[in-house]
Amino acid sequence: MTWADSAVQTAQPNVVLIIVCAVLVATGVFLLLERSLTRVLLGVVLAGNGVLALFLIVGGKAGKAPLVGVNNPDQMSDPLPQAMMLTAIVITLATVAFVLAMAYRQWQLTGSDDVQDDVEDRRLQRLAREDATSETFDNSAVRTIDSDELAVDEVQAANSDLYLGGDSIAEQIGDAMPASSPDDVTRFDR
Amino acid sequence: MNNIVALPVLLPLLGAGVSLALRGRPLAQRFVSISFLSAVVVIAAYLMWTTDQHGPQVLWVGAWPQPLGIVLVADRLSALMLLVSSTVTLIVVIFSIGQGVADRDEATPITIYYPTYLILAAGIANAFLAGDLFNLFVGFEVLLFASYVLLTLGGTGERIRAGTTYVVVSLLSSLLFLVSIAVIYAATGTINLAQLAQRIADLNPSVSLVLQLLLLTVFAIKAAVFPMSAWLPDSYPTAPAPVTAVFAGLLTKVGIYAIIRTQTLLFPHSPLSGLLMWAALLTMLVGILGAVSQSDIKRMLSFTLVSHIGYMVFGVALGTEEGYAGAIFYVVHHIAIQSALFLIAGLIDRVGGSTSVLKLGGLAAISPLLGLLFFAGIMNLGGIPPFSGFLGKVALMRAGIDFGTPLAVVRVVAGVVTSLLTLYALAKAWTQAFWRSPNRAVVRAVATAEDLDIYHLADHNDYELERRDVSEAESETEDRPRRRALPRSMVAAASVMVALSMALTVLAGPLYSYSARAAHDLLKQTPYAEAVLKGPPS
Repeated sequence: MTWADSAVQTAQPNVVLIIVCAVLVATGVFLLLERSLTRVLLGVVLAGNGVLALFLIVGGKAGKAPLVGVNNPDQMSDPLPQAMMLTAIVITLATVAFVLAMAYRQWQLTGSDDVQDDVEDRRLQRLAREDATSETFDNSAVRTIDSDELAVDEVQAANSDLYLGGDSIAEQIGDAMPASSPDDVTRFDR
Repeated sequence: MNNIVALPVLLPLLGAGVSLALRGRPLAQRFVSISFLSAVVVIAAYLMWTTDQHGPQVLWVGAWPQPLGIVLVADRLSALMLLVSSTVTLIVVIFSIGQGVADRDEATPITIYYPTYLILAAGIANAFLAGDLFNLFVGFEVLLFASYVLLTLGGTGERIRAGTTYVVVSLLSSLLFLVSIAVIYAATGTINLAQLAQRIADLNPSVSLVLQLLLLTVFAIKAAVFPMSAWLPDSYPTAPAPVTAVFAGLLTKVGIYAIIRTQTLLFPHSPLSGLLMWAALLTMLVGILGAVSQSDIKRMLSFTLVSHIGYMVFGVALGTEEGYAGAIFYVVHHIAIQSALFLIAGLIDRVGGSTSVLKLGGLAAISPLLGLLFFAGIMNLGGIPPFSGFLGKVALMRAGIDFGTPLAVVRVVAGVVTSLLTLYALAKAWTQAFWRSPNRAVVRAVATAEDLDIYHLADHNDYELERRDVSEAESETEDRPRRRALPRSMVAAASVMVALSMALTVLAGPLYSYSARAAHDLLKQTPYAEAVLKGPPS
C-alpha cells in the first residue's frame, strides 16, 4: 500500500463539492443538447469543470501543498489527481479555443453557428418518408434501359410493373430523382 | 536499452516540430515526414521482434519511483498494432505527398498538414504504448486534436459541418473518459494498468461493473460501436482522401485496442459478454444496412467500417483465446483493407469528379488498373477466399462455433449475412462506377485531367458517348487549371496498400500464430503485469 492508497481510504467525501459537481455536469449536459455551437461549447466548459470537481472529490481530504521538503508527507493532499486536473485543464483550454474558432468559421460561412444536419442523411430520410425506392436502384434501372435506348414511358411502365403500384410510384420516382440533372447533386457530394 | 520504447512517440513529435519549422519549404517537409515515419516503422518492427523473443518491453519514463511515474509498455499486441499503424501512416503520407505535388496550385494549407499528421502518428503510438489510463487519455487527446485539425482542413462549409459533429462527440467521450479515470482512482488508488489488474479483482463486483461499463462506453464511442456509431459516417467522408484513409484505418482501431486491453487486463471475468455480443450483432447489421442504402462510395465505406467493427467486438465478447486471436488478426486485416479502399475512393474522386455512384460510370475504360484495385479491395473486405478478410472471418466464426451458445451461433450467422451484404453493396457500387455509360460529370472530370485521354473514352466501343458532349466539356473546362488525375505516386501508394492487404493472406500463418500468442499473453495477464511491476528499472 502506498501513501496514495491510505490517503484515499481515509478520505471523507465533501458534500458541497459533490453538489457543485452534479450541478455543473447537469447544466453542462443541458447546454450540450442545444443546437447552437456556442451553447454547446459553454456546456462543454461547465461539464468539464464539473468533472474537474470530481477529481477534487477523488483526491480525498484537503491537505497542505504537496511540496517535498516543505510539508510533512502525512499532511499533504494527494498530488496525483492534481497533476491529472492540470493536464485536463490545459486540454480543455485548447479545446475551447478550437471550438470557438470553428463556431466563428461556421458563422462566417452560414450566418449562424447552429450545428447543421447532414444533407445526404436528410435526402435519405426524405426518400424513406416518401416511401420511395432507393435512388441508386432507380437510377441504374433507368440508365441501363436508357443506354438500350428505350423510350421514357416504357421505363416508367417497367418501373410501375415492377412495383405493382401503378402510376403514383412512377411519379414519385420521377420526383425523387435529382440524378436526372446531375449538376444539382454535384454541389453537395464533392 | 528500453529507451527505444519511447521512440515511436518521440520521433513523430520531433518530426512535427522540424517540419513546422520548415514551413514554406514543402520539399523539406515531405522529406522530414517520410524519413521520420520510416524510422518509426523500423523501430516498430524491431520492437515486435524483441517482444516476441524476450517478452514485454517496459520503460518507466523519467525514472520516478516505480508505481507512480508514467510507464510505456510494448507487449505483443501493442507492438503489432504499432507496426501496422506506422506502416499505414507511412504509405498514406506518400499518397498525400503525391496529391500535394499534383495539386500544387490548390488552396489547401499544406504547411500545417505534415506537422499535424506527424502529431496524429505520435498520438496513436502513445495510445498503443500507454501503460496507465491517464497516459492513454493523453494519447487519445493528442490524436483527437490532430484529427480535429485534419478533418476541418481548409475550413470549407461541408468540412466545418462534419467537423462540428465529430468534435462535439469526441469532447463528450473525453469527458466520460475523465470521469471514469476519476472514479477508478477513487475505487483503487491507482491508474496504472498493471496495478489495476491486481486491485480491481478485489473490488465489490457491482463497483467493478460500473467501472467496466464506463470504460466500455468511452472506448465504444471511439471505436464506433452501435449505438454510439452515428457520428462516424457523418464526419469521415468529407475530409481529404488521405485523411479519411488514415482515420478509417487507425482511429477506430485505437478504440478497439483499448477495449481489448482493458477487457483482458482489468476485467478478465467479464459479466458483460452477452451485452457485448448484442452490441457486436447490432453494430454489424445496422452498419451494413446503412451501407446498402448509400449512394456515395465514401459514405458506403464509412458504414462498412462501422459494420466490420462488429466482428472485432464479437471476438472480444467471446472472451476465449481463439476469440481474441481472431479479433487481433481481423484488426490487422481491417486496418490495411479499409485504408486501401479509402485511398482508392480518393482516386475515383479524382478520375470521375465525384464519389457518388449516381454520377459515376465508365471508369473501367478510363483506368482499368483502378478498377482492378477496387475490385480486389471489395473482394477482400467482403471475405471472398483466399483473401485475408475470409481468413479473419473464418477464425472468428470458428471461435464462435466452438463457444457454442445459441447467441454466439446467431452472431456467426449474422457475420455471414453481413459479409454477403458488404459484397452486395460494394459490388453494386463497383458495377455502377466502372461499367455503366459515363455521364456528363465523368466526361467533364476527364476533360480537366491532363493525363487522361477523353477521346479514348469517347472512342471506346462499349459506351455511346456523343462527340458533342465531349467537345462541350472540353470547351467548358478550357480555362480551368488542368491537373493529373492519377499521379504515379498516388496510384503506387494505393497499390502498395492493396498489395499489403493481399500479403496478409500469404503471411496469414505466421500472423495468426503471432496473434494467438498475443491473445495467450493477454488472457494470462501475468506477462504484462509482471513485466511492468517487477521489471528491472532501466
